[in-house]
Amino acid sequence: MNPVNPVDPAPTGAGGTGGTGAYAPKPGAAPLPRMIAAQAVLETKMLLRNGEQLLLTVVIPTLLLVLFSTVDIVDTGAGEAVDFLAPGVLALAVMSTAFTGQAIATGFERRYGVLKRLAASPLPRWALMTAKTLSVLVTEVLQITLLTVIAFALGWSPQGSPFAVLLLLVLGTAAFSGLGLLMAGTLRAEATLAAANLVFLLLLVGGGVVVPLENFPAGAQGVLGLLPVSALSEGLRDVLQDGAGLPWTQVAILTAWAVAGLAAAGRFFRWE
Amino acid sequence: MRSEPVVQVQALVKRYGTKTAVDGLDLVARQGVTAVLGPNGAGKTTTVETCEGYRRPDSGTVRVLGLDPVRESAALRPRVGVMLQSGGVYSGARADEMLRHTARLHAHPLDVDALIERLGLGSCGRTTYRRLSGGQQQRLALAMAVVGRPELVFLDEPTAGLDPQARRATWDLVRDLRADGVSVILTTHHMDEAEQLADDVAIIDAGRVVAQGSPEELCRGGAENTLRFSGRPGLDVVSLLKALPPDFRADEPAPGSYRVVGEVDPHLLATVTSWCAQHGVLPDRISVERHTLEDVFLELTGKELRS
Repeated sequence: MNPVNPVDPAPTGAGGTGGTGAYAPKPGAAPLPRMIAAQAVLETKMLLRNGEQLLLTVVIPTLLLVLFSTVDIVDTGAGEAVDFLAPGVLALAVMSTAFTGQAIATGFERRYGVLKRLAASPLPRWALMTAKTLSVLVTEVLQITLLTVIAFALGWSPQGSPFAVLLLLVLGTAAFSGLGLLMAGTLRAEATLAAANLVFLLLLVGGGVVVPLENFPAGAQGVLGLLPVSALSEGLRDVLQDGAGLPWTQVAILTAWAVAGLAAAGRFFRWE
Repeated sequence: MRSEPVVQVQALVKRYGTKTAVDGLDLVARQGVTAVLGPNGAGKTTTVETCEGYRRPDSGTVRVLGLDPVRESAALRPRVGVMLQSGGVYSGARADEMLRHTARLHAHPLDVDALIERLGLGSCGRTTYRRLSGGQQQRLALAMAVVGRPELVFLDEPTAGLDPQARRATWDLVRDLRADGVSVILTTHHMDEAEQLADDVAIIDAGRVVAQGSPEELCRGGAENTLRFSGRPGLDVVSLLKALPPDFRADEPAPGSYRVVGEVDPHLLATVTSWCAQHGVLPDRISVERHTLEDVFLELTGKELRS
């Protein structure tokens, strides 16, 4: 069927410069790695160009880290405040990008037909999701680099195994991505915008990010400890502040959220 | 001359809840430009989106370039270009950025700079999509549909809301695509657009194809045309009628103004003018009024307003 047969010149061919062959069909998908790389670069550019997203992913975590490390607002327990705060702010950074940012961006992409149009392009859906994940990871690397530099300037002295930290960050990213995509793929874009910001705020306060879970009533602590952001911040704190090995409880909690969130997103995500 | 169908829809049914959007629709589109006309809510977009693989038929079959748009989507997508009715672009993306990106998803894309130039998208500069004018957004969507050098392009109301210049530019591009062997399926409300561009027109109403054919066939089919001329008042209409082939009517609706109704063709015109010559009449303002596609469309789909 390809190439197609030539046809008669248009009966009303005035105006066009047609028949030069410039538009002659030559279809084909680009190689997968090129498509995924191009998509990841575009997604990352869109994210870094968006002021509201930068506020969420860069400005708020940085401000919290600097402010709470230098001004004694919350009782962070014994030791340097920055040693308590840095793991919590890293967890917040992961949540802001993988959950809040991704949910809002994807929600509006769905609303404005971007996902629909891409679904008609040669890019397979799984490749689009891969590109989105790559874009989230690139953004996280930039965030974590920035926050680490600032934390060191504030006198941070991290302990523990970098591999344990990396594992926790990856599991946290998977858990938050699943939940963010679930929200983006099921709610209206405006509802996602409101809900994702609200959840961000609630988890910032109640998820052990800057306020230790011990400051909450004993009954609430058990429940709050099961939240993904608490599991991530507490797990990072066990390793980075206390030099513990891999915190298995938190790994289990994050794994459970990741499996449930990604499965639900895969099941319920609507592309239009 | 006519090749394999590029789109073949058989007995397509598509419902949304209790509403039947497409109701047993049959459509064959061949190489060239096919215009799908119909009032709002007739099922045009649903039909086109089923061909694009966005909707699963409730029953019936759809084949595009011989493939099933849902099951064989991966093989079909690179060969087909899609222009949605609206949207489809990141609100923070610039026009050239989005077009370049779309080109990168294809193996042998068109020259992006030439396409930007041709569709006047160069003036968009660093403006992001959400701040582009409606016409610029439309032209970007059109460019994205063709940049991958597809065999077949679906354009859903490509000139809706465009100014006359942009409309011409779109028409010219469609003609060039056709001349280079790209098939085009376009939906439109503009009768002149269908008359100008289409080899084949399908008129859809209430989820079915109610007429299909070339614009000429549709305008000719069954429809009577009118020939009018002016001369001195009181000519012998009965004698004129005798000169005409059977089934024609002739009268003088106003003094000096004559009307002949029937299947007007070149021979009929010759018959009328030779009758005038025999009777020493110099007709001025002789005119043939042919049915337009719009007449045919309104005849088939009614004149009342649609939702």
